[in-house]
Amino acid sequence: MFSSILASGLAAGAIYALVGVTYNTMFSTSRVMSFTAGQLAMLGGVFGSLFTLKMGMPIVAGFVLTLIGCAIIGVITEFVAVRPVLKSLDQHLYVLSTLALALMIQQVAAIKWGTEPQPFPRLIGWGSGVLDEKFWLPVAACAITIAALEYLYRRTLVGRAFLAIAEDNFAARALGLPERNLRVASYALAGIIGGVAGFSGGELLLAFFANGALLNFYGFVPVALGGLGNNRGAVIGGLALGLFQQAANFLVGGIFSSVAVFALFIVVLLAKPQGLFGASTARRV
Amino acid sequence: MTAVTATPASRATADMRGALPQLAPFLGILAVAMILPFVSNDYWALIGTRAAIYWVLVSGLNLIVGFAGHLAIGYVALLTLGAYTTSVLVAGNVMPQVPVFAALPVAAFVGAVFGVVVGLPALRLRTFYFAMSTLGFATIVAQIALAWQSVTGGGIGIVGPEFPSPFNTAWGYYCLCIAFAAVCTWLSANVAHSRFGRALIAIRDAEVAAEATGISKPRMLIAIFLFAGALAAIAGGLFASLQTYITPDAFTFDLSVLFFIAILIGGRGSILGPMLGTIILTILPEIAAPLAAWSTFLYAVLLLVIVLVMPGGIAALLDFRNRRPLASNRAIVPRPAALAGCLRKSAGDKALSLRGVTLSFGNVRAIDNLDLDVEPGQIHGLIGPNGSGKTTTLNVISGYYVAGAGTIGLGDGVLPPGMPTLRAHHGIGRTFQTPRVIGEASVLQNVMIGGTIDGQATFVEALLALPRNRRDERMLANRARALLGVVGLEALADVRADRLQHSELRFIEIARALMLEPDFLLLDEPAAGLSGDEIERLAALIVAISRRGTGLLLVEHHADLIFDICDQVTVLNLGRTLAAGTPAEIRVHKEVVSAYLGG
Repeated sequence: MFSSILASGLAAGAIYALVGVTYNTMFSTSRVMSFTAGQLAMLGGVFGSLFTLKMGMPIVAGFVLTLIGCAIIGVITEFVAVRPVLKSLDQHLYVLSTLALALMIQQVAAIKWGTEPQPFPRLIGWGSGVLDEKFWLPVAACAITIAALEYLYRRTLVGRAFLAIAEDNFAARALGLPERNLRVASYALAGIIGGVAGFSGGELLLAFFANGALLNFYGFVPVALGGLGNNRGAVIGGLALGLFQQAANFLVGGIFSSVAVFALFIVVLLAKPQGLFGASTARRV
Repeated sequence: MTAVTATPASRATADMRGALPQLAPFLGILAVAMILPFVSNDYWALIGTRAAIYWVLVSGLNLIVGFAGHLAIGYVALLTLGAYTTSVLVAGNVMPQVPVFAALPVAAFVGAVFGVVVGLPALRLRTFYFAMSTLGFATIVAQIALAWQSVTGGGIGIVGPEFPSPFNTAWGYYCLCIAFAAVCTWLSANVAHSRFGRALIAIRDAEVAAEATGISKPRMLIAIFLFAGALAAIAGGLFASLQTYITPDAFTFDLSVLFFIAILIGGRGSILGPMLGTIILTILPEIAAPLAAWSTFLYAVLLLVIVLVMPGGIAALLDFRNRRPLASNRAIVPRPAALAGCLRKSAGDKALSLRGVTLSFGNVRAIDNLDLDVEPGQIHGLIGPNGSGKTTTLNVISGYYVAGAGTIGLGDGVLPPGMPTLRAHHGIGRTFQTPRVIGEASVLQNVMIGGTIDGQATFVEALLALPRNRRDERMLANRARALLGVVGLEALADVRADRLQHSELRFIEIARALMLEPDFLLLDEPAAGLSGDEIERLAALIVAISRRGTGLLLVEHHADLIFDICDQVTVLNLGRTLAAGTPAEIRVHKEVVSAYLGG
């Protein structure tokens, strides 16, 4: 049982971590937490199943098209729900605009794709039991994504520009960085990461429209615990959440694992609103 | 004596007459609701009942979303909770059967408790975090309803409660729900128009200023979470009865979306708007039947449009009063002489004294070993270059920052470090460098907020509009009007504050701080952005306030103003006292002249 807890916990945790990184990627350039993060991961599964099973494309082509589709949704998020409200001083507006877009995505998926979970293809066909690919694939995807992001942020000019914008938006603009284009790019990148999360987790979560709302919450928990914009915190928090949830799931049953996760979330946030790894809040007066 | 006893009656009728234009739309809606049974069929009874039940929930949620500004998007969870609690109690599958009218209060109690549980995160978190925690709660309640088969019947469901005659017919039940809706409207309007409702808006739009006026956020929020949770659970019980049979499928997240969006379409800080929003959203899918499947999509589009195009919602559309143009060449003419009528003379025996106060941000010493005394009835000027620690000093006194060392004494006692909400109780009021007023509230309401802690009535008294609450309201309104007269803004009392000019906002802040009848008043650059004439009038006002025994601490850059009216001046540079003394001494102080004044 221990090995199944470990396998399913790490797999679910890796998906949560990737959704958390999706949140962070959008947050870093725009200071906006978007409700579309979980929907992007849901679409990763739905698009993947659509392209490979419904349309019969090869896995690789389906994967690439899925990522492109999710990147486009990411860019649409920026144009429709983020850009118009960024200028407004009223901070709560982005919660509403991204929520509205997320609901639209979910509703279209529910009507066009159906409200039943639909199968997702076996991608590689390696492993069985606790080493089944549906368990290790999300973990591998998470590791590769983090490594690629590290490379992007540390070694490439675009990545450093992202960091500059995240660190100090005004200074970056004063240096002549194309802030708006970088923001659009980061939303496309967030879309891709969300797509990877959904595609790699497709065998575990299936292609199901309601995954969006679920992943929105479970992906946000590691971000909240790890501190906004902190990818390391999101990965550690995500894996810990997955293990905790699956352990509770196996030991005391499904409902209580949800209650336990929710209670943990509330308690940690009440004790440390800025997250376990986050910096303290900005000055108010 | 007879005159005193006679006034309440005549004043009550005057109040009624003043409230009639506001009341008229509600009475109109009620009249339409009463006519409905005579002109339509059972199908419309169902829709009308549903709208009424939704409104029972939304009227409470409106205080959280529309007034306090907390984005509670998962309120279907409390509807579910209320529906199952009522159904299980009435069905008697867990414990002996309970009559439905006894089950509803039990459900309300359970809903109130869970309303607070769901709301707790809002005490420390805002916007997205809180939205997420309510969303998470909704997910969990749905899972529990599905999995806890022995109680909820799981996916098979459970029979909803049945109301006794005459409420067991379509129209009988409709009338019952309308009655519930009317009572809820009355209750939530009472809260909204009391000092509690204003305090909620203050927390939403000017949290820092709300703290300075002594408004305690946790107590306010817990009160409305209890109330909204109870109403949501009652709505759940009514909803279960309407459905006759409930399964977890009946409580989709779409309902949450409907409640939430009804409020935003209606407009924040309004009751009529969200009510119309609820009615519209309930009817919309019915009159456009092919759209029923797309109703959530439609709501989402509406939400996006509202956010992007019309953030004020229906309420802003209906707010004709604030479309009338204001006079463009209006001048603020304070009447300091009128102060005697509305500001009691302070006893004036305690001094506010800072001793060795030190505050560091990282390696920067923002304030370094500062000693400062503000005597009652005196004006103490605090000047210095930008970044010398003037505003920081005010913030330490107000409790926004906790000094690393040193004490702030008030008379013989010591002010507790931090805890900004306690400062108002100690008689310390303040204004802010950038005026922090509530744009969406009227000028009068903004000023009334300053007197929140002087209200005697409890939340329950406000909820039921009991005499003590009405007395509070009259007292606060009268004092606020008098103070608006003092600062010269009484003509603008009913105007939305965000339509005013910057200089007018500064005077609103002073009036708001004076509502406390403060022993000490901290003014942070009150003359910034004022014209020469206005500065002169401000000076006269400040002097008049000090004559009433109030000690003033004045942070300013206008050296003339400081030297004209101050009794004592302290000059700060890099957080340290560069010089202290009378204006005459400071004016000729060598270092001050070279470091700051120039010349």
